[in-house]
Amino acid sequence: MALLDPVRVRNRLAGVAEALTSPLVPADYLDLFAPLRSGTDLRGRIEDVQPETADAATLVIRPGADWAGHVPGQYVRIGIDVDGVREWRAYSLTHGPRADGRISITVKAVPDGKVSTHLVRRARPGTLVHLEQAAGEFVLPPAGGKFLFVTAGSGITPVIGMLRNLFPATDGGVLRPPRSARHDIVVVHVAPSRPDSIFSRDLEALHAAGAIRLVARYDDVHGLLDVDDLATLVPDLTERPTFACGPAGLLDALERHHADAGLELFTEQFRVALVEAGEGGTVHFTQGGAVVEADGATPILVAAEDAGVLMPSGCRMGICYGCVLPMREGTVRDLRTGELTTADPMSSDAGGVPIQTCISAAAGPCHLVH
Amino acid sequence: MTAITKKPENPTAHLTPEDIEQIGVELDAIRQDIIDSRGASDAAYIRRIVRTQRHLELGSRAVLLASLFPPAWVVGTAGLSIAKILENMEIGHNVMHGQWDWMRDPKIHSTTWEWDNASPAEGWKHSHNQIHHTYTNIVGKDNDLGYGIMRVDEGQRWHPLYLLQPMWNFVNACFFEYGIAAYDLELGRNLAVPKDQRPETFKRSARNTLRKIRKQMTKDYVVHPALSGPSFLHTLAANFTANLVRNLWSHSVIMCGHFPEGVETFEKAAIPANETRGEWYLRQMLGSANISGSRAMHLMSGNLSHQIEHHLFPDLPSNRYAEIAPRVRELFEKYDLNYHSAPLPKQVASAWHKVFRLALPNGWLAETTPRNAPKQLAKLYRMTTGGPKVRRALSSAA
Ligand SMILES: Cc1cc2nc3c(=O)[nH]c(=O)nc-3n(C[C@H](O)[C@H](O)[C@H](O)COP(=O)(O)OP(=O)(O)OC[C@H]3O[C@@H](n4cnc5c(N)ncnc54)[C@H](O)[C@@H]3O)c2cc1C
Ligand code: FES
Repeated sequence: MALLDPVRVRNRLAGVAEALTSPLVPADYLDLFAPLRSGTDLRGRIEDVQPETADAATLVIRPGADWAGHVPGQYVRIGIDVDGVREWRAYSLTHGPRADGRISITVKAVPDGKVSTHLVRRARPGTLVHLEQAAGEFVLPPAGGKFLFVTAGSGITPVIGMLRNLFPATDGGVLRPPRSARHDIVVVHVAPSRPDSIFSRDLEALHAAGAIRLVARYDDVHGLLDVDDLATLVPDLTERPTFACGPAGLLDALERHHADAGLELFTEQFRVALVEAGEGGTVHFTQGGAVVEADGATPILVAAEDAGVLMPSGCRMGICYGCVLPMREGTVRDLRTGELTTADPMSSDAGGVPIQTCISAAAGPCHLVH
Repeated sequence: MTAITKKPENPTAHLTPEDIEQIGVELDAIRQDIIDSRGASDAAYIRRIVRTQRHLELGSRAVLLASLFPPAWVVGTAGLSIAKILENMEIGHNVMHGQWDWMRDPKIHSTTWEWDNASPAEGWKHSHNQIHHTYTNIVGKDNDLGYGIMRVDEGQRWHPLYLLQPMWNFVNACFFEYGIAAYDLELGRNLAVPKDQRPETFKRSARNTLRKIRKQMTKDYVVHPALSGPSFLHTLAANFTANLVRNLWSHSVIMCGHFPEGVETFEKAAIPANETRGEWYLRQMLGSANISGSRAMHLMSGNLSHQIEHHLFPDLPSNRYAEIAPRVRELFEKYDLNYHSAPLPKQVASAWHKVFRLALPNGWLAETTPRNAPKQLAKLYRMTTGGPKVRRALSSAA
């Protein structure tokens, strides 16, 4: 009886599979055949790439079986190989949970943008990408209420996710299910021009159906938005907690405006402010707690050792990789080539970006896991 | 062979310090070209090799489940041997060098890779990447030269025990993976220390190695045979054979890298404390030998057939060595240096010749002719049975 206990049988089989695949793990072989199955690293397969504007596209992705779902407004971090190098970036989910189980992101190609350009121009259906579970606090309170959205450019993406979830578009037009009856929403959307504006048609359709009130402000028609005009554009501004997503300049201005007026503001930012790579910087070791001042010409390895930190090292000339440490945050300069390597918690592998301390100098403050 | 600085004619004597630094500059430029053009097709290459290797291993192990039938045994054993060679050579060795770290794929990364070999990745990376690649061919510092158990240079004093060196080398070849494990642990040196005085790091590494060996053995000699049911013994024999083939092959390739006649060795004392990049490059150029051959041979050797290029640029992706080899060769010619390259049988024979030559007292093999053989043998007998004084007297008489 005990012999046939399914849990024990399964554990026994798993044990055999592990013994048979050592020093790898069974997943290394199973992934050859079923990369999206449950129990492996979370991945997704790009199933469709739909152009939105001249330089933006929506990617529809089938997530792996362990995808835990998301709340509209959240983002997902995607790992994709660009020129053979794994890059991680965050993208807002642009649909509510879909009946077909797929997820979508909408990407705007920024000039010289490594990942965004790749996703918009070169990504093909069938490509496997790496995913993390959805995250982010930029979500609507479920109870409903009166809200103002201020979005600029690609900052519309988390908001369109929320709106599509509240008011699904069908062939028959925009639906207004009971769950969205308690939502009263105004959207102030800013873009350089209408043709450049992602989702302008979706927003207009929602407006036409009476689901939202849209205030579209195109720079080429209306001039740049001045946040002080918000009170005119949205007369009941003071009754509406504001959700804003856009460039740092707009968010900073809103921050000041709302603080002065005592209004509630929730923001989502797409770009982490990066330190300009400068001359040297402070190196923080996250585990040992050491803090070392390093100049821009000295390898971090040497600076740290001089400060008494026990460092892994080998050849000390950049060939053996015996000195590699993961960098969580910061910028280092390759002393051989001058090339900069940057890690930030939003766009780097969760374990950090591995750097060779023996040939890397600090270029601004950096945080190493050690 | 004699360490380079003791030779009557130093093959680098014609180079000025400026030449040496210029060599460094030109090699750096080659390196930079590859780094600048590293990209999606290289990533696709290593992923393809990994995928192929895994399919081949799975397929071969599946076929071996029926290894009772001779054709299945032959096909499965051949497939598994190739899979194991690919895994150790083109994949494991190169991934652990950090050749693919630039892809930032945690699954193909020097810090996470564990290979199908008795020696755990951690210890191997230390002894191979840090010691061997940094101190290449420096007698007494680079244990890859003879793995600390062989006489590899005329400068090492001869002892009768070295007569056993050819046999030793053959046994080491058959069980190469355990030889590597022992050598990564510096087993000889550590076992010489009383048990309670052995360093903590050694004890920990020894435990890791034993655990690794147990897992490797369980896989090849217990679980896989057991799953084969009536083919138990046949599968066990197949796995043993595959490991043996892999060991012999990798030992041969690795011997060819630094051991053939004509490859230079260096004296510890002659390496400046602040060796420049150019000087280091030069040492790598002279201390390595290539194997010429087909693409399949390069693949199966993990591109260690491009040993010279590998030693110059140990962290460049292996699939690119073939491409830079002509440029490196041109540089050798430009600076009138010997680019050591020959087909596999020739390099293996040359390396074994050296093993035999150094097993014997200095000069013995060269001086021996059919005519003086009896006299030479008598001398060898006296040197073997006599004490150190006799040996010194007889070898200086030569
Ligand atoms: C929570 C979160 C959600 C996000 N959601 C979305 C989304 O839904 N859609 C979307 O398109 N992007 C979104 N982003 C931005 C996205 O993660 C990338 O930063 C962006 O695609 C640029 O990456 P890249 O590799 O192309 O540019 P990089 O190669 O990293 O940078 C190239 C150049 O572009 C500049 N740059 C970087 N980011 C931006 C930017 N956002 N706008 C303009 N210039 C930039 C850099 O300073 C640099 O000069 C989000 C970011 C965060 C943090
Ligand atoms: S210590 Fe060898 S790469 Fe840094």
